[in-house]
Amino acid sequence: MKKMLLLLMLSVAIGGCSDMHSRSNSTAVYMLLDSSGTYTEELAKAQTIVNYLLMMLDSGDSIAVARIDSGSFSEKDIIAKVTFDERPSAAIAQKKDFKHLVDQFIDVAKGSAHTDISGGVLQASQFLDETGAAKKYVLIFSDLEEDLIKSHIRDFAIPLEGVQVVALNVTKLRADNIDPRKYLQRLDLWQKRINDGGGDWRVVNDLEHLDRLLSVN
Amino acid sequence: MAMQDLLQVWSNSPGVSAAVWLAIIVVVLYLGRTPSHQLIRSTSHGLRASLRLVARSVGKMEERLNQSNKAVVLSIAREATERGVESEFFRINALVERDLSGYPALHRKISDVIERIESDFHNASEAPAAPPAWLDAVEAIANIPRNGDVTASRILDNIEKTIKSAHNETQQAYKKSSAERHRLLKQMLPSWRNLSTTIDQVKGTISGLEERSRFIDEQMQIYQRIRANEDSIARTLTSSSLTQFFIAGLVLLIAILGSVINFQLIALPMSEMVGGTSQLGPMRTADVAALVIIMVEMAMGLFLMESLRITHMFPIIGNMNDAMRKRMVIVTFVILAALATVEASLAYMRDLLALDREAIMQSLSGSQLVEAQFRWIPSVGQMMMGFILPFALAFVAIPLESFIHALRTALGVIAAVLLRLITFVIRLVGNVIYHTGKVFIAAYDLIIMLPLRVEQLTRTRHNPNKAVLNTRSRTEPGLNKETLS
Repeated sequence: MKKMLLLLMLSVAIGGCSDMHSRSNSTAVYMLLDSSGTYTEELAKAQTIVNYLLMMLDSGDSIAVARIDSGSFSEKDIIAKVTFDERPSAAIAQKKDFKHLVDQFIDVAKGSAHTDISGGVLQASQFLDETGAAKKYVLIFSDLEEDLIKSHIRDFAIPLEGVQVVALNVTKLRADNIDPRKYLQRLDLWQKRINDGGGDWRVVNDLEHLDRLLSVN
Repeated sequence: MAMQDLLQVWSNSPGVSAAVWLAIIVVVLYLGRTPSHQLIRSTSHGLRASLRLVARSVGKMEERLNQSNKAVVLSIAREATERGVESEFFRINALVERDLSGYPALHRKISDVIERIESDFHNASEAPAAPPAWLDAVEAIANIPRNGDVTASRILDNIEKTIKSAHNETQQAYKKSSAERHRLLKQMLPSWRNLSTTIDQVKGTISGLEERSRFIDEQMQIYQRIRANEDSIARTLTSSSLTQFFIAGLVLLIAILGSVINFQLIALPMSEMVGGTSQLGPMRTADVAALVIIMVEMAMGLFLMESLRITHMFPIIGNMNDAMRKRMVIVTFVILAALATVEASLAYMRDLLALDREAIMQSLSGSQLVEAQFRWIPSVGQMMMGFILPFALAFVAIPLESFIHALRTALGVIAAVLLRLITFVIRLVGNVIYHTGKVFIAAYDLIIMLPLRVEQLTRTRHNPNKAVLNTRSRTEPGLNKETLS
């Protein structure tokens, strides 16, 4: 009887270890899609990125896609989120559903009046923390031009410890063409905000090389 | 003190100072010649002696290892020969039981056939009276002159007629009898053939027995040589064992490749059962589970072969009684079959998963979506492979046993070669040290050759004979009793 108990305890311990290992190797990605103003036209490119992410992620990994609108710090802005099942067949079914939801959103997406990127990043940070994944990514598909509602307060450091933030397809605005320093200032500002929060910052504008998206630590 | 200071101790001129130093060194070396020679000689001799001792010890070790290797090889070969002879006796027993157990019946059959042939032959040999005698009598009566007497002529005609009639009857009887003889002789033909076939069968059996007994004779000769601990047979067996080692190693390599294929076949669907994310140490649990299944299959194969007495790695199984062994054969075979079925179903599941994955990848990559259709040939192929591979892996036990047995011999041979190499190197180093000592002594004397020459001249002047001897001994410092011996 004692031996049986010992065996049971051992198997529970091994199970516990194995579960711990499973989380320590997983990846979580939170993608923010800017749906404000003219940037909505760029969303078709975002579809390609989401599809690439779905191809790359596997059982145990998590992904969420959320839109950036006037007030992005809300669960309502999350278009689809999923943690892939341990069983490959279930994970494949989840991927199909996820793709369907994102496609639906992109088909009917409407531009918002304001752009609350900080709120979206904060929401992403919370989601990623909850997943407990080893590798955490926030992908911001936006021109990084924030346009907040006056009453919204966002001038504080966003906690992003251990999170890699990747800005994708940061398009140049008309004003940037007149004075390119504005574009560079915008990028610098976001880098500072992310670094202040403890995160790593990267910019990937060349969407032909999506393989660099998740590989660089 | 710097070198420059040393060169200015005796004079401001470095050349003069160096010359003074040289003279001092030469004098000091000359004065310390004998102890220096002794030091160099004893050091080199001591080191050489120590190294020779070590080399001898290593050599002894090699000798012991060789003896041990020989004993192991002979023991394995003795066991194998005993087993071979035993199995040959079993075969002969089976042959005798199968073919020669019916020998009395066969003998009776042959006797019956011979008796029948003899009787038929005897019947065929009984001939009727010879026809020529009748012919002479008929001819004599027919030739009796009639002389015109009607009565006598009629009587004679009647007699001739009767005799002719009797003659015809006799001839007919003779023909009938000949026909009967021919029929009997014809009847003998299948009996002859039957006899010939039966005798051929006996001949075949006997020659089979002869071959077996010849093989047993050969094995017994080898066995006797093994019992006599002959070196030649040990060498032959070692060589044979090394060949076995490489062949078994090759087959095991093939088996490992088969296991890898098997692993690939079931690892993916395993994640469907135990989850695709959990890990045990650095490995995925699904991979560990797949490996465990393959290992269990191999273990079952091992037990099956052991129960069938094909391999002899577990004496406890080999020593079981027949009933228990049969039960074990059935149990291991059933487990193996169950695992093979599980593998076949996993292989089927793998195909379905691959199909799903392919479809989603096509959908995500935006390439033209081809409707995923079930493909029978790859599915059935994978299922068959999943079912057959466990049984194929079960036979790994045979090369494994050979490999393990041959491994001991191979390792022994390698160790013996290494020890021999070490012995050689130690002896070489010892000799190099010894000769280096001699070179040092000669070089020492070369440095102090001037005072030596002076000493030699002085001695020659005082005692020419002794001086010559002393000089010889001094100029040939390495030449001592030990070297000469």
